[in-house]
Amino acid sequence: MDDNKDENKNDNMDDKLIIGGHEFGSRFILGSGKYSLSLIEAAIKDAGAEMITLAVRRANTDKKESILDYIPKGVTLLPNTSGARTADEAVRIARLARELGCGDFVKIEIMRDSKYLLPDNNETIKATELLAKEGFVVMPYMYPDLYAARSLVDAGAACVMPLAAPIGSNKGLCTKEFIGILVDEIDLPVIVDAGIGRPSEACEAMEMGAAAIMANTALATAGNLTLMARAFKAAIEAGRNAYLAGLGRVLTRGASASDPLIGFLRD
Amino acid sequence: MEKRFEIENKRLGEKALELKKRLENDPSARTDPMEYMPGMERINSDIMSKVKSGMDEFDPLSYSAKDVKAALERQNCTINDFMALLSPAAEPFLEQMAERASRETSKHFGNTVYLFTPLYIANYCENYCVYCGFNCYNDIKRMKLGIEQIEKEMQVIARSGMEEILILTGESRAMSDVKYIGEACKLARKYFRMVGLEIYPVNTDEYRYLHECGADYVTVFQETYDINMYGELHLLGHKRVWPYRFDAQERALMGGMRGVAFSALLGLADFRKDALATGLHAYYIQRKYPHAEISLSCPRLRPIINNDKIDPHDVHERQLCQILCAYRIFLPFAGITVSSRESASFRNGIVKIAATKISAGVSTGIGDHENKYEGTHLDDTGDEQFEINDNRSLKKMYDDIGDEGLQPVLNDYLYV
Repeated sequence: MDDNKDENKNDNMDDKLIIGGHEFGSRFILGSGKYSLSLIEAAIKDAGAEMITLAVRRANTDKKESILDYIPKGVTLLPNTSGARTADEAVRIARLARELGCGDFVKIEIMRDSKYLLPDNNETIKATELLAKEGFVVMPYMYPDLYAARSLVDAGAACVMPLAAPIGSNKGLCTKEFIGILVDEIDLPVIVDAGIGRPSEACEAMEMGAAAIMANTALATAGNLTLMARAFKAAIEAGRNAYLAGLGRVLTRGASASDPLIGFLRD
Repeated sequence: MEKRFEIENKRLGEKALELKKRLENDPSARTDPMEYMPGMERINSDIMSKVKSGMDEFDPLSYSAKDVKAALERQNCTINDFMALLSPAAEPFLEQMAERASRETSKHFGNTVYLFTPLYIANYCENYCVYCGFNCYNDIKRMKLGIEQIEKEMQVIARSGMEEILILTGESRAMSDVKYIGEACKLARKYFRMVGLEIYPVNTDEYRYLHECGADYVTVFQETYDINMYGELHLLGHKRVWPYRFDAQERALMGGMRGVAFSALLGLADFRKDALATGLHAYYIQRKYPHAEISLSCPRLRPIINNDKIDPHDVHERQLCQILCAYRIFLPFAGITVSSRESASFRNGIVKIAATKISAGVSTGIGDHENKYEGTHLDDTGDEQFEINDNRSLKKMYDDIGDEGLQPVLNDYLYV
């Protein structure tokens, strides 16, 4: 089909993010690393987030400040399995999240490195398979590796969530080329998770065809939280529109001849 | 060597007194601190030699302001940078170090501060460590809580809202055996979300047993990494064996514990070298066991019962702050605990710079939480290990942290 006739692409109003059969109007997802009431408020009101990540290990508290108390109705909770070191541990945390009433979404985070917190793709694939079979909508955090992404698709993931840079680093699209490969080759939504530090980087990832952006530290450590939340919203929308519009050409050298070079051909 | 710590105990029998004096005055009466005792597991780890050679290389006076500036500018702090940050040359740069440390803390931990409380279940001890209030020659009231008393203490603490507990004992296998500590862990899992242990070092299979009973975090203070000084201060008992203690964290991880904590007791020996060794110990363990959760404590010497003259020597608050900033910059991902040995004002300040975890509602005595938390008067309590400085309750601490613009966290932990 001609891209320009693709209704979904042409009509921005109907441009929804669809994950596991659920529709979202917003393409900004709030991560869980650093939380506070003001961050969650800004993410929802100013950045337009409809999905908020929740570390199950923090929600698992009896008293005082549970992040669950901060989340308004109508916002989808995305419990994550941070703290898990193996697929089995992630599965147990996901089940606990379900018991706590967090719904069927789960973001798999499996790290066996306390220093860099890099995701373990192998264990993530195993956990994805197990949890998808149990009916979870599985959103796996991953290192952007094409083979791993394909395995995640086969395992029943609802999207793939490659990192742009080490988590919490605000270093931007360090893995740009590889995320680009995933966007080209993987049919599921590719959600860029971790490392995005600036709205311009979020915009660039969206222009490339990322389906959504997850961020936390970029907002949490900003000088003005509210303004930064608005900046991210605008950047993500701009990037998405640019992707839908189809980017204009970029010349690699010289200028474009106004007359075609092959204009002399007669028959 | 000048006697900084030794005190008289007039109630000792003649034989005990004679042995005490001999241990204090005659080095030949002491065993070799590097020699293992029967039953102590050897794991032949390579970490000890790495830490020792790092200490040998470190000459605190060899660093200049230029080295410190370079260390502060480098994105990833090297071991040499860590040395520069611990050196006297870094003292004029304390504000810059605090700024960098604060950025690293915020990057890795946001604005959260975790709260926990210690629970001492016994104060019997078989060791003669001259600076410690629990040492076997110190005339204090000894006590070991029965299982019912432990549960009662835990209930009192849990009622206060605390969700993380650190179980401590004096170092006596005879009076507080592994089974007894295991039972305490099982009870603790009923009342708390997270259970840590600070007990005498044990073998891998015993750590595994305690992990199965519910403990998931092991803290061992090496006290000092200076082996000669260690030998001068730890005169008798299994604690005298330095290398068995050194390998405790590694055995704990081999036994399945999720996290381990490291510490030197600052003021016992050259604090800069001890701080370096603590950081390197944690660094090499993390490299070898990358999944392990790592944390550091930074206690200074405190007065004890029967000796109110013990002090942290040359480690003033400025030096302590320097060390904590250096730890944070070298190991940005590590938890840092600051104990109630320090003042409320120091703790309020340092949580904004480097510390991520502080204790509240602290008692270092035995069986006295009901007295302290709920005002019930009980006579039958055991004496304290050291004097605390910051005696804020959980509620007060929780509110104070919030008032500082930080986020108090009672639990960030899941048993999986």
